[in-house]
Amino acid sequence: MSLRIVVTVKYVPDATGDRHFADDLTVDRDDVDGLLSELDEYAVEQALQISENADDDVEITVLTVGPEDAKDALRKALSMGADKAIHVEDDDLHGTDAIGTSLVLAKAIEKAGYDLVISGLASTDGTMGVVPALLAERLGVPQVTLLSEVSVEDGTVKGRRDGDAASEQLEASLPAVVSVTDQSGEARYPSFKGIMAAKKKPVESWDLSDLDLEAEEVGLEGAWTAVESATQRPARTAGTIVKDEGEGGKQLAEFLAGQKFI
Amino acid sequence: MAEVLVYVDHVDGAVRKPTLELLTLARRIGEPVAVALGAGAESTAAALAEHGATRVLTHDASEYVDYLVVPKVDALQAAVAAVSPAAVLVPSSAEGKEIAARLALRIGSGIITDAVDLEAGDEGPVATQSVFAASFTTKSRVSKGTPVITVKPNSAAVEAAPAAGAVEALAVSFSAQATGTKITGRTPRESTGRPELTEAAIVVSGGRGVNGAENFALIEALADSLGAAVGASRAAVDAGWYPHTNQVGQTGKSVSPQLYIANGISGAIQHRAGMQTSKTIVAVNKDAEAPIFDLVDYGVVGDLFDVVPQLTEEIKTRKG
Ligand SMILES: Cc1cc2nc3c(=O)[nH]c(=O)nc-3n(C[C@H](O)[C@H](O)[C@H](O)COP(=O)(O)OP(=O)(O)OC[C@H]3O[C@@H](n4cnc5c(N)ncnc54)[C@H](O)[C@@H]3O)c2cc1C
Ligand SMILES: Cc1cc2nc3c(=O)[nH]c(=O)nc-3n(C[C@H](O)[C@H](O)[C@H](O)COP(=O)(O)OP(=O)(O)OC[C@H]3O[C@@H](n4cnc5c(N)ncnc54)[C@H](O)[C@@H]3O)c2cc1C
Repeated sequence: MSLRIVVTVKYVPDATGDRHFADDLTVDRDDVDGLLSELDEYAVEQALQISENADDDVEITVLTVGPEDAKDALRKALSMGADKAIHVEDDDLHGTDAIGTSLVLAKAIEKAGYDLVISGLASTDGTMGVVPALLAERLGVPQVTLLSEVSVEDGTVKGRRDGDAASEQLEASLPAVVSVTDQSGEARYPSFKGIMAAKKKPVESWDLSDLDLEAEEVGLEGAWTAVESATQRPARTAGTIVKDEGEGGKQLAEFLAGQKFI
Repeated sequence: MAEVLVYVDHVDGAVRKPTLELLTLARRIGEPVAVALGAGAESTAAALAEHGATRVLTHDASEYVDYLVVPKVDALQAAVAAVSPAAVLVPSSAEGKEIAARLALRIGSGIITDAVDLEAGDEGPVATQSVFAASFTTKSRVSKGTPVITVKPNSAAVEAAPAAGAVEALAVSFSAQATGTKITGRTPRESTGRPELTEAAIVVSGGRGVNGAENFALIEALADSLGAAVGASRAAVDAGWYPHTNQVGQTGKSVSPQLYIANGISGAIQHRAGMQTSKTIVAVNKDAEAPIFDLVDYGVVGDLFDVVPQLTEEIKTRKG
C-alpha cells in the first residue's frame, strides 16, 4: 500500500512588504516580493511527519495555482522534503476568486491522484480560511480541518480541532481533506542537502486545457465576486506618547477617564 | 420585502452577540429570517425576535453534535430552498466560514468572508472588508447567485427591533457527506468568567515583555479592573504563558474593541492584523521605537511592571 499526499501551497506577497492593489483591483504582485505562505509550511511539515511515521510508501506532491514566480513556493516545499511538484499556471487565471481557485485545485488534485490532501489553515493574503472546506465539498470527501494535531493510520485520519467552545477529536476515512494550524508543530528549515536535492525534483506545469477547464470558468471574468473599490486606510493621527517617570500609570488612567473608559 | 437568512450562533439556546449584530445588518437589506440548529434552538427565538427576526427556523438532530460542519451545511441549504432569500449572513467564526463556503458552492453562489460592514446596493448587498492587516478597505459584492457573506464580530451595534419571531420547524434531510467526519471526543473549554475575546468592548493584552506565565496575573488584574477580556501575542502563547485561544492576530483572533491595551507587545504586522481596527489603542512598552507606538492614541514608554500595577490601582480608586 502506498499513500499519496497532495499538499496545497500558495504563493503570496510578503506581509512585511508594502502590499497594495493593482488598477484592476487584484493584488499587485509585481511590486512586492512573493514567498510560500508561511502557514502552508505547517501543511508541508505535517505531510513530512506523516510520511516519516508511516510503514507504507508515501509520496508527497506539492501543488500551487499561481503565476510564474509561484515556482519559488514549490521549490521551498521541495527543499523541505516533498517529492514532486505541480504548478498550475495560465494567463486566464488572473483574478480568480475562492470558488474558482477551489475548482482549479480540485481538478488538479483529481488528475494528480490522492489519498490525502493537506492545506494550511488560511493563506496570509486572502486569509479566508475556506479553500480546504471547498475542496472537501468538490471532491466529495470528508473535511478534517483546523487540526492542531494530526495522524494517519490504517486508512483513517485523526486529529484535534481546538475551537472556541471546546477542543474536539475528529476522525475520518481516507480519502480526506485536512487543514492544519500553526499549532501543529514548527516547520523545519530546508537543509543544504534538501536545497540541492530540490533542484533535481520534477516540477510539472499544467494549464487550463490540461485540466479540461475553460477560461470563462476562472479569472476575473469568471469570478463569482466583484471588488468595487480598494482604498488605503488613512494613517492614524499621531497619538500622545509619554515617558514614564513614576506617574505613567496615573497619566494613562487620566487619558482613559477622559475617553470615558473609566 | 425580500427575506435575508441569518445563521444563528448559540450555545444551548443562548444567542451570541455577533448573531444579534447580524440581525441589525440584515435589516438594512431585507427582513431577517433566523436559522437556529441543535439543542436549545427553539429557546433562541425570544432574543432573535427582540432583535428583528420575523421568523425563526429551527431543527435539532444528533448529527449536529456527532459530525463536523456538513450537517449544518445541509440544514442551511434546506433553509435556502425553503425561503429563497436575497442573501445569507453567517458569523465569521472559523466554523461559520466553512459552513458558508460549502453552502455557497452548493447553491451556485459567490462568497465574501470577514465583512466589517454591509449596505444595500443597486446590484445586491455591498460588503466592506478590511484587508492586508487592515491597511486597506475594500468594497465587494457577490456577482453570481444568492450572496453568502460572513461578518466579523463588532461590525454593527446591536439594536432592538421587536418582530414576530415565529418559530417554524425546518425540514432537513442529511446528505451522504454529513456523517463523513466523526467527532469522537469533546473537551469543553473552562469559562474564565471574563468576556469573550472577540466580543469584548475592552481587550487588555500581554506579549513577550510580560516575561512569564505567572506575570500574566498583572494583565488579568488590569483586565478585571476594566471588565475586559485578556489577549496575548503569539510570542507569549508560544512560550506557554497563556492559552492559544487568547492569541490576538493573524493566526489567532481578530478583535475590534472600543479599547485595546497592548502591554509588552512590539506590534509585528501579524499581531497588528488582529487588532488594528480597534477604536482606541493604548500601549505600554519600554522601547520608544517599538512599532506599536505608530498605532496608538496614547502610549507610555516605560516598564510594564511599574506602569500596569499603578494603572490598575488608579482605575480601582477612580471606580471607588
Ligand atoms: C485581501 C483579499 C481578499 C479576498 N477576499 C475574497 C473574498 O471575499 N471572496 C473570494 O471569493 N475571494 C477573495 N479573495 C481571493 C482569494 O483569496 C483567492 O482566490 C484565493 O486563492 C483563495 O482564498 P485564500 O487565499 O483566502 O485561501 P484560504 O482559504 O485562506 O487558504 C487556505 C489554504 O488553501 C490553499 N490554497 C489557497 N489558495 C491556493 C492556491 N492558489 N494554490 C494552492 N493552494 C491554495 C492553501 O493550502 C491555503 O493555506 C481575496 C483575496 C485577497 C488578496
Ligand atoms: C505566519 C505568522 C503568523 C503569525 N501570527 C501571529 C499572531 O496571530 N499574533 C501575534 O501576536 N503574532 C503572530 N506572529 C508572530 C509575530 O511576527 C511576532 O513574532 C509576535 O507578535 C511578537 O510578539 P511580542 O510583540 O509579544 O514579542 P516581541 O516582538 O519580542 O516584543 C516584546 C516587546 O515587549 C517589550 N518589553 C520587554 N520587556 C518589557 C517590559 N518590562 N515593559 C514593557 N515592555 C517590555 C519590548 O520592548 C518589545 O517591544 C505570526 C508570525 C508569522 C510568521
